Amino acid sequence: MATPTITEHDTTAPAAFGPAAALSCRECGERFPLGPVFACEICFGPLEVAYELPTGDPEALRRRIEAGPANIWRYAPLLPVPADVASKPNLNPGWTKLVKADNLARELGVTGGLHIKDDSGNPTHSFKDRVVAIALEAARTFGYTTLSCSSTGNLAGAVGAAAARAGLRSCVFIPHDLEAGKVVMAAVYGGELVGIEGTYDDVNRFCSELIGDPLGEGWGFVNVNLRPYYGEGSKTLAYEICEQLGWKLPDQIVVPIASGSQLTKIDKGLKELIALGLVEDKPYKIFGAQATGCSPVSAAYKAGHDVVRPVKPDTIAKSLAIGNPADGPYVLDIARRTGGAVEDVSDAEVVDAIKLLARTEGIFAETAGGVTVGVLRKLLSEGKLDPAAETVVLNTGDGLKTLDAVAPTTGLSATIRPNLDSFREAGLA
Amino acid sequence: MSVSVRIPTILRTYTGGQAEVKAEGATLAEVIANLESNHAGISARVLDDTGKLRRFVNVYVNDDDVRFAEGLDTPTPDGAGVSIIPAVAGGC
Repeated sequence: MATPTITEHDTTAPAAFGPAAALSCRECGERFPLGPVFACEICFGPLEVAYELPTGDPEALRRRIEAGPANIWRYAPLLPVPADVASKPNLNPGWTKLVKADNLARELGVTGGLHIKDDSGNPTHSFKDRVVAIALEAARTFGYTTLSCSSTGNLAGAVGAAAARAGLRSCVFIPHDLEAGKVVMAAVYGGELVGIEGTYDDVNRFCSELIGDPLGEGWGFVNVNLRPYYGEGSKTLAYEICEQLGWKLPDQIVVPIASGSQLTKIDKGLKELIALGLVEDKPYKIFGAQATGCSPVSAAYKAGHDVVRPVKPDTIAKSLAIGNPADGPYVLDIARRTGGAVEDVSDAEVVDAIKLLARTEGIFAETAGGVTVGVLRKLLSEGKLDPAAETVVLNTGDGLKTLDAVAPTTGLSATIRPNLDSFREAGLA
Repeated sequence: MSVSVRIPTILRTYTGGQAEVKAEGATLAEVIANLESNHAGISARVLDDTGKLRRFVNVYVNDDDVRFAEGLDTPTPDGAGVSIIPAVAGGC
């Protein structure tokens, strides 16, 4: 595949990638110039963006951020994007609500403060708009004309929408048996949507091969060759949570795990805020949440392993159904380092948790939100999560995307004739 | 046994830029050893110091992830397609 040369990267890097300085291998530490590469040439480890972050008065930086737009670009000084990013055509995601979940807290016995970071409020109704927005900027810089991805559904919609806004072509790949709602929400933006006969891991393999083939020339795969930039979008969840708490670290965060990238980037974001002096340094715990039907990281955590054995997924939480999670080992490191844990819940518990959150807080979460709320409840009951500590739980997508999950157990309370007697007889008055 | 091996972009410096090469061997381990004899240095990129597959490398024999099969002992039938792929792709 024809990709820009290292020399070209060097010349574009200073302005195009803001404070980003290089790509660094998370495994062996080798550094590479900023480019459309995602795996280390030495050890195949994942590459991530290394920064030269702003120095100076934290209060000045805090004021600058607070004066910025009500979207992720308020954090542009901490992201691998050009300074004028907010003026370019993109979906401007982020700055979603942090909901104080007092009713749910009462129900679960949480006394230290419970918040739902509700990312269903993003333009395509999942957190994926954050990561795609960063990848889109990198795609523009590298001159890609087609935006692509492997997706469990949410990402497909986010890529289709972002490409439409940016005037790029999109062609995205999904497992052929995704929820009908997610297929519609991805296809409506007019790009190509291709179903692959297989699981998400098969889709991912296909995309990895396509990117090394002339057929994929000129394509920016947001979660393959643009993955180092894309992942950085999840840092904005950490930034927003702390800013919305009044520039304060939460004590505990419950994060869903698919590949595990989001959890690692939230940790990275929290550490950056501490290093910059934007929040006071104190311990925090990060908890990972999986569905039992696809719980390789939870299984490794419970077994005390530091590697993750891949599994074949079988769960209704399809947005988390990655059987071979690329960042799994790092999730294990972070859960153990911070004193958190990784836990999993059954599909029945996921559905129950979706309904619990909807009933108590008026938030309709997709299955991934059912996983985090279900794991929150389970960790509390196991005594692994402190009910007296301030806790944030992520809801990463809208329940309208996964109606099938709750439809069998949700419906009319009664069907009556249009008169008062009939209503009285139904016992609903 | 002669097999076709798809080479990821980051290893093509070892194969003169070729995206696909032929190799011999009845198992994945033999195929990798044969690759090394023709493309010196490639084995150390795929295997770690203890001779195991690196944890961020996925290898498929035809459509099967060898981690679900017999790892390096996975048979490589004549005409099989072997794919070496970075594992860090995908997800979020």
